[in-house]
Amino acid sequence: MLAHVRPALVMMVLFTLLTGLAYPLAMTGLAQLVFPSAANGSLMIRANTIVGSELVGQSFTSDRYFWPRPSAAGDKGYNAASSSGSNLGPLSKKLIERVNGDVAALHKAGATSPIPVDAVTASASGLDPHISPTFAAQQVARIAAARKIPEAQVRELVERATEQPFLGLFGERRINVLRLNLALDAAPPPGAG
Amino acid sequence: MTPVGWLQIALVLGAVLVCAWQLGLYMARVFQAEKTFLTPVLLPVERAFYNAAGIRFEKEQSWLTYTLAMLAFNALGFLVLYALMRLQALLPLNPQGFAGVAPDLAFNTAMSFATNTNWQAYGGETTMSHLVQMAGLTVQNFLSAATGIALAIAVTRAFARSSAQTLGNFWVDMTCATLYVLLPLSVLVAITFALTGVPQTLAGSVEATTLEGAKQTIALGPVASQEAIKQLGTNGGGFFNANAAHPFENPNAWSNALSIWSMLLVATALTFTFGRMVGDRRQGLALLFAMYALLIAATAVVYWAEASGNPLLAKEGVDIAAGNMEGKEIRFGQALSALYVVATTGLSCGAVNTMHNSLMPLGGSVPLFLMQLGEILPGGVGSGLYGMIVVALLTVFIAGLMVGRTPEYLGKKIEAREMKLAMLAVLILPLVILGFSAASAMLPKALESLANPGPRGLTEILYAYSSATGNNGSAFAGLSANTTWYNTTLGIAMLLGRFAYIVPVMAIAGALAAKKKVPVSPGTFPTHGPLFIGLLIGVILILGGLQYFPALALGPIVEHFLMHAGKTF
Repeated sequence: MLAHVRPALVMMVLFTLLTGLAYPLAMTGLAQLVFPSAANGSLMIRANTIVGSELVGQSFTSDRYFWPRPSAAGDKGYNAASSSGSNLGPLSKKLIERVNGDVAALHKAGATSPIPVDAVTASASGLDPHISPTFAAQQVARIAAARKIPEAQVRELVERATEQPFLGLFGERRINVLRLNLALDAAPPPGAG
Repeated sequence: MTPVGWLQIALVLGAVLVCAWQLGLYMARVFQAEKTFLTPVLLPVERAFYNAAGIRFEKEQSWLTYTLAMLAFNALGFLVLYALMRLQALLPLNPQGFAGVAPDLAFNTAMSFATNTNWQAYGGETTMSHLVQMAGLTVQNFLSAATGIALAIAVTRAFARSSAQTLGNFWVDMTCATLYVLLPLSVLVAITFALTGVPQTLAGSVEATTLEGAKQTIALGPVASQEAIKQLGTNGGGFFNANAAHPFENPNAWSNALSIWSMLLVATALTFTFGRMVGDRRQGLALLFAMYALLIAATAVVYWAEASGNPLLAKEGVDIAAGNMEGKEIRFGQALSALYVVATTGLSCGAVNTMHNSLMPLGGSVPLFLMQLGEILPGGVGSGLYGMIVVALLTVFIAGLMVGRTPEYLGKKIEAREMKLAMLAVLILPLVILGFSAASAMLPKALESLANPGPRGLTEILYAYSSATGNNGSAFAGLSANTTWYNTTLGIAMLLGRFAYIVPVMAIAGALAAKKKVPVSPGTFPTHGPLFIGLLIGVILILGGLQYFPALALGPIVEHFLMHAGKTF
């Protein structure tokens, strides 16, 4: 066993330098050079303020914005420094009670039956940036009323924000909530024509 | 289940098989010291490494020396990682200022990464400094995978050689696995991940102000480089707590397909390497066929169970046509979420893009059972191949009993000593899994960690020990495993599952290498035809079923029937 100590030590040092420092640092340099936006987290900037990352979901509670899915990341949800799913099993009383409460809240906010499943289930990361087109459609009336703009205008924004699967195959039909809400804010105010 | 879903699954698996075939042949050249297109660049580096470490690369080792070198190297890796974690507060590259890791968690994590398990009892973005993530965890991602490849190659040589006393040189095999296989692949995959949007920065986190004026802290880091080797090396330890479900580890359908492709690639390729090195590619294909037949069947079960959705939610007025979405991300879809669940547990990867604890009862039983089968479908890099070879030995033995002949595999007579060692290896897994699970199910302190009561609670415990012993690392993550009891016992389970399994396997390899190759005769049972493949699949299922069915019946199976009876916990 002693004969193996020197090779083990030297190889550990060499491979730590190669795979633990040179490799990640070279990849960092390359990524920063070639894909600077993605390498730094695909941040969305409006009026010189970072408003979030295009990839990472965030919480919206106001009636003026589209709401995301429920989230179990952190205590209040959408904590992007503490990703997590709910880890509740399908037979969990806690799950059924949570869903029951969310369904009631959505109905109160103008959603119609049946509620799409993504609207009341927590994602795996707690940071899902997307919602389904059905869930978005159910929120149109609420947002149009809150912003006092025609429903058709909101519906058109939803349609424009809907991402289609590539070649009809890879990726689901989905809507990025932060992008859609930014588009809402950028839309002309009521009466502007 | 939809045809489009199945088409996605078929395309990803097709891409894996084509690339694995080429990679497998390339690896055969590497480990037979033949020239490859990378040799001119890498040979000087390789030689410089050997010189610095005083390694005589031309000198081969017996199975025992090979195994001892491997153990020494892995023991040192464990110690270095443990020290890095304990001392991270004093070391550089700690932008978030994390404190040193607690002793039990550091033991568990160091064991976890040294054994290629990558079980994570911690949340990456809230616990580990960038230095630990890079110089500690990423390094072990490479080296534990390289160790697995080296061992698989050593076992392969036992069948390729006749009357041989040596199995190769551990230092050379491990170095070649890293330099010629894992590192170049990681560079390619890391760049592709970065292209799909995975971050790669040394910054710690950024502060965002949302449209509603709230603050959101977004954790960042050198994710792409770690993600690449984590998938390729079937390590599975994520940069973030949510692992490959986190949008930064897996931002879209492309990164998701790449993620599945890269975790299946090397383990699949090794079956082609095996066929080439033993001089009969049909032997490798037979193992491959058995692996993929079971893998696809498992995918069908998970896909069906998850796409059917949760009937209890339908009663609450929810439209469940999109399937079970608790613990799933919209961008991946049900088909590739199901394939991910199966691939990560058929392999010993353990990366997740779906929270397994929220899978439907039968959907969750599949990853659990796949891990209990010993991670051979197609298994961890290296460990899957030698695990499968052990089952192949059992299969020829059982076939031999049926017709009353001395069993042979690839021209090597399988005798009492090999069978005893094979049974020893096979029995270690259920002993550790069921033993620790039974103890945990009786200890009140251990039961406090459960997230779900009822049968799912038992499944959480079983899953944890199956995952640790099989060196998988995925979790029914509701279980609060960061306690002294779980950190310690799971650490021991990982240690036994990896090394107590490897030693008998290497002893078998040593015994078989020394035997003369018997020429094929009319009485030889062919180990490349459909009959053998069928028997092999049968032995895998019967072995797993006999060992674990009673435990599974009390967990996911009873849960499935309770769900349809409308019972909640």
